[in-house]
Amino acid sequence: MAAFDEMSGFDGTTRDAYAKLETWLKNTPPEEFATRRSQADVFFRRIGITFAVYGDEQSTERLIPFDIIPRVITGPEWSVLDRGLRQRVTALNMFLKDIYGPKECLRAGIIPEDLIYRNAGYCLQMINQPVPHDLYVHIAGIDIVRVDGDTFYVLEDNARTPSGVSYMLENREVMLRLFPELFAQHRVAPVENYPDALLATLRSLAPRTASRDPNVVLLTPGQFNSAFYEHSFLADKLGIELVEGSDLFVRDEIVYMRTTQGPKRVDVIYRRIDDDYIDPLAFRADSVLGVPGLIGAYKAGNVTLTNAVGTGVSDDKAVYSYMPEIVRFYTGEEPILKNVPTHRCREPDALKYVLDHLPELVVKEVNGSGGYGMLVGPHATKAQIETFRKKLKTEPEGFIAQPTLALSTCPTFVASGVAPRHVDLRPFVLTGSNGIRCVPGGLTRVALKDGSLVVNSSQGGGTKDTWVLDA
Amino acid sequence: MLSRTADSLYWVSRYVERAEYLARILEATTRLSNLPSSYGGTASEWESCVKTAGCEELFEQHHQTANEANVHDFLCFSPDNPSSIRNCIEIARANARAVRTALTYEMWDALNSAWLELKKYDGRKLTRDDFGRFIEFVKTLSLTFDGSAYRTMLRSDAYWFSRLGVYVERADNTARILDVKYHVLLPETERVGGSLDYFQWTTILREVSALTAYHWVYRESIKPWLVADLLIFNRQMPRSFASCYENISRFLDALGETYGRQGPSQRMARKTLSTLANRKMGDIYDNGLHEFITEFIDDNNRLGSTISEQYLV
Repeated sequence: MAAFDEMSGFDGTTRDAYAKLETWLKNTPPEEFATRRSQADVFFRRIGITFAVYGDEQSTERLIPFDIIPRVITGPEWSVLDRGLRQRVTALNMFLKDIYGPKECLRAGIIPEDLIYRNAGYCLQMINQPVPHDLYVHIAGIDIVRVDGDTFYVLEDNARTPSGVSYMLENREVMLRLFPELFAQHRVAPVENYPDALLATLRSLAPRTASRDPNVVLLTPGQFNSAFYEHSFLADKLGIELVEGSDLFVRDEIVYMRTTQGPKRVDVIYRRIDDDYIDPLAFRADSVLGVPGLIGAYKAGNVTLTNAVGTGVSDDKAVYSYMPEIVRFYTGEEPILKNVPTHRCREPDALKYVLDHLPELVVKEVNGSGGYGMLVGPHATKAQIETFRKKLKTEPEGFIAQPTLALSTCPTFVASGVAPRHVDLRPFVLTGSNGIRCVPGGLTRVALKDGSLVVNSSQGGGTKDTWVLDA
Repeated sequence: MLSRTADSLYWVSRYVERAEYLARILEATTRLSNLPSSYGGTASEWESCVKTAGCEELFEQHHQTANEANVHDFLCFSPDNPSSIRNCIEIARANARAVRTALTYEMWDALNSAWLELKKYDGRKLTRDDFGRFIEFVKTLSLTFDGSAYRTMLRSDAYWFSRLGVYVERADNTARILDVKYHVLLPETERVGGSLDYFQWTTILREVSALTAYHWVYRESIKPWLVADLLIFNRQMPRSFASCYENISRFLDALGETYGRQGPSQRMARKTLSTLANRKMGDIYDNGLHEFITEFIDDNNRLGSTISEQYLV
């Protein structure tokens, strides 16, 4: 299956947006590229951008591979994406407000009831629980793939604690340092205002009881978390405290942080800890990462958690399959961004089709993430396919299946030189009480193995700088 | 600021300071032990070095006797020694990483680069030349880290906590040298016309990088009571008790003023500072040099705990 190449399309003709990059690739001597690549490596290592892979004891800190060839999105392409993202995130927020409130979408039959009520991400404690400003998903990472010149699909919605934005920012910094001449030739929309946009968003979400100068903090599970670098990077850029669970405590339903000058009230918590671990009194009692009593303070309306508790329900891949209907229902508009056609294995006809076509399909767990627990049919062994067949028969409602998309490719440095590798795109969408913000760009992830469609960093993926050209 | 952040800043500095201290005592000991025995060079210097590093008991659990190879390894690289130079750098870097946002880029870069370079040194395979380079590397780390802090940090509580770590650790280190070597500094050990102890005295001065400073301050040949005076009372000498406490007191006062509240640690530091200002070497010899040093070490430890209780938990 031939994939659309971001630089040369289907037919090998260089697309306009990549014309200057192609010349640059052709005219720059290979040694020069080698030098620049090693400089990039040194730069990342020295500033300490690393990530950890769970279950990999040898390397608690590893560099995520960075590829110096940027991925380019034209102005007109971006403007469609931008409108589509805003529409989708608006619908997500309305959907969450609805399913934790009046549940009109269930009454209207937009989505089956049991898909919500029996969903592991549906948080019973949040039912009829108002949240500040009626917003749930303040920071969304929407994964997008491209299959041809015109078609972008949303692959999944990340409405819990999406990560990767630090790479979007640092990749750009590195490129600016290494290739200033390229930026002189291209009008690349800046992304450096993302931290300001994020801070403005977070401050706008403060509960009404907060002071005029709300205290915003970033809550991390700590330095052994795989995304710790990003947590400390963002806290630094935002100028807010990076706190761990043990730095916070709750008294009389108010959250405080322990400081050298005594307790200080906290108003907004940008938390990078999952719901389950955030408060041992409310959720997992064995969590040592969270803050006892935090959910009590949250429900009393004295602190904002971003994202809200219970957003995981919309990350569910079976719920995802209803997104086009959800967008229509809440916004009254046609969805601008398409969904990948999805077979819900919970439906008997779909299950039968999936079981008959396993070698062609991608099968995913409905609540999986990070590229774990999925089957890529065309690349799987017979044994792997049979394992999934068994799983599907035992627990069909735990899976969805999609056609194997020919994700677009982008020229990438590999051992043998420059070769096409599959990419996706994760733009970040911010929603505050004062509007939606979406900086032009995002994180482009690239599957470095030849033919691989799995771009996750935990599975050997790399990243690229993403250029949105100013039209 | 967060108590945990202050705590990490304080300990990052303490560990970097300790690493440098270990490097300096190793360097001075190597030099002393290489002297012909008629000049005082003996193998027992390695035992003394371990004592000065403050890990005598732990060392004895792992080694029968002390010699150059096993002391080098134990103080620099051994996983059995929680205060080895390698562990100091690793702990400092882990603390720094946990509070990245409170450090300036330059401080982080100094520590992180050193941590990356540390992997190149495999203790057991180092030649003497390599070892010399390792010692230089550790000293450069502390100079770069300290210099970065001095040149790039805002003068706010973060800076003061980081400085407190330096000076509390440094006071402890200087006191440990004196604690182990006090007997060569007693006046009666002075002998007329050339002495084996001469090399002991210069070793002490080297351990605190003060050999040149001594001559500038006293302008005479090396006398044990003057060595003691330099390391205890001289405020110009950056590793003396008096200088450390002048700084500790200054930074604690800055905290007290900014936070609008004084506490037990301010009072303790001021008391020690005034003791150091009001006493002379003569009094101390009369009342026992060793007792004085031991008491100072205890007080300094108590101050460390008090700072911790007052601000860091």
